[in-house]
Amino acid sequence: MTSQEIKASPKTQAVAEQESTKNETYYSPMVDIFETPKAVTVIADIPGVRQEQVELSLDDNVLTIHATMSAERPAGRILLEEYEHGHYVRRFSVAESIDQDKIEASLTNGVLQVILPKLIPAQPKKITVKVG
Amino acid sequence: MPLIRFTERPPCRNPWAEFERIRRGMDELTKSCTEKGRFQQRANVFPALNIYEQSDQLVITAELPGISSEELDLSVEGDTLTIQGARAAVKQEGPCAYHRREIESGSFSRAINLPAKIDPHHLSARLVDGILTIILRKAAPATPKKIQILSA
Repeated sequence: MTSQEIKASPKTQAVAEQESTKNETYYSPMVDIFETPKAVTVIADIPGVRQEQVELSLDDNVLTIHATMSAERPAGRILLEEYEHGHYVRRFSVAESIDQDKIEASLTNGVLQVILPKLIPAQPKKITVKVG
Repeated sequence: MPLIRFTERPPCRNPWAEFERIRRGMDELTKSCTEKGRFQQRANVFPALNIYEQSDQLVITAELPGISSEELDLSVEGDTLTIQGARAAVKQEGPCAYHRREIESGSFSRAINLPAKIDPHHLSARLVDGILTIILRKAAPATPKKIQILSA
C-alpha cells in the first residue's frame, strides 16, 4: 500500500467544439503526458466510456480526445450526487512531428492510453561522387 | 489620434442593461441553489459517490478509472459501507520527461453511512469501464409496503 492518499478533485467542465443543441455536459479529463525519445504518450481518465465511443484525431498537430459517455444514470431518487455524468473532450497541440500511421490507443478500466510515435527524421544520405 | 465621426458613435447604452444583467445572474444563482444543488455536494474524500434510491434497493456509483477489481475492497458492516483501494502509478522504464501530471495515484478509503437499512445477504457490485456500481437490497422493514384498502 502506498502512503500517498488520493485527493478528491472535482471534474472540470470543458467546452465542446460547437455549442450543442442538446443539453450535454462535457468534462475535461485528467491527463498524464510524457515523452520518451521515441514517442509521446497521453494517458487520460475517461470512466464510463466504451472503446467504440472514443474518437481520436490528429489534425494540424492538434490531438483531440472526444469520448461519449455510455454508462447510463441509474433510475431512482437521487440521495447524494457528488459527481455528474458527462462526455469528455480535450485538445492538445502536439509540437513534435508524429508518425500518424503508427498511433496506437488502448482503453483499460476507463483509462485511455494513446501512444504517438515520433517521426524519425530522414537520415542524411551520403552521395558518393563517382569519377567518370 | 483616431477620429470618430459623430454618426459613427455607438448608440447610447441602456442604463438599465447592467441591472438586468445582475438580475439574471441572481436568478441563475438561486436556481442552481434550489433545484440542482439540493443533493449536490462536493466530495471531500475520494471517490466521489452518487447514491440513488429505488423502491427496493440502493444504487451507489463511483468513478474509479484505472483501478482493477482486484485492487478494490468493499465491505459492509451494519450501516456502514467501506470502499478501499489503491491506484498504481504508471510505470515508465527508460528516460522520460513528463509534460503533464494530473492523474493521481495512491491509496484511498471511504466509509459512508447508508441512508437505509440493507439486507447483507443481497449485495452485488460490478466495475465496468472504470465505473463502480454497487447494488444493495434494502432490508425488509425499509421497503415500502403497499397497504390494501378493503371496502365493505
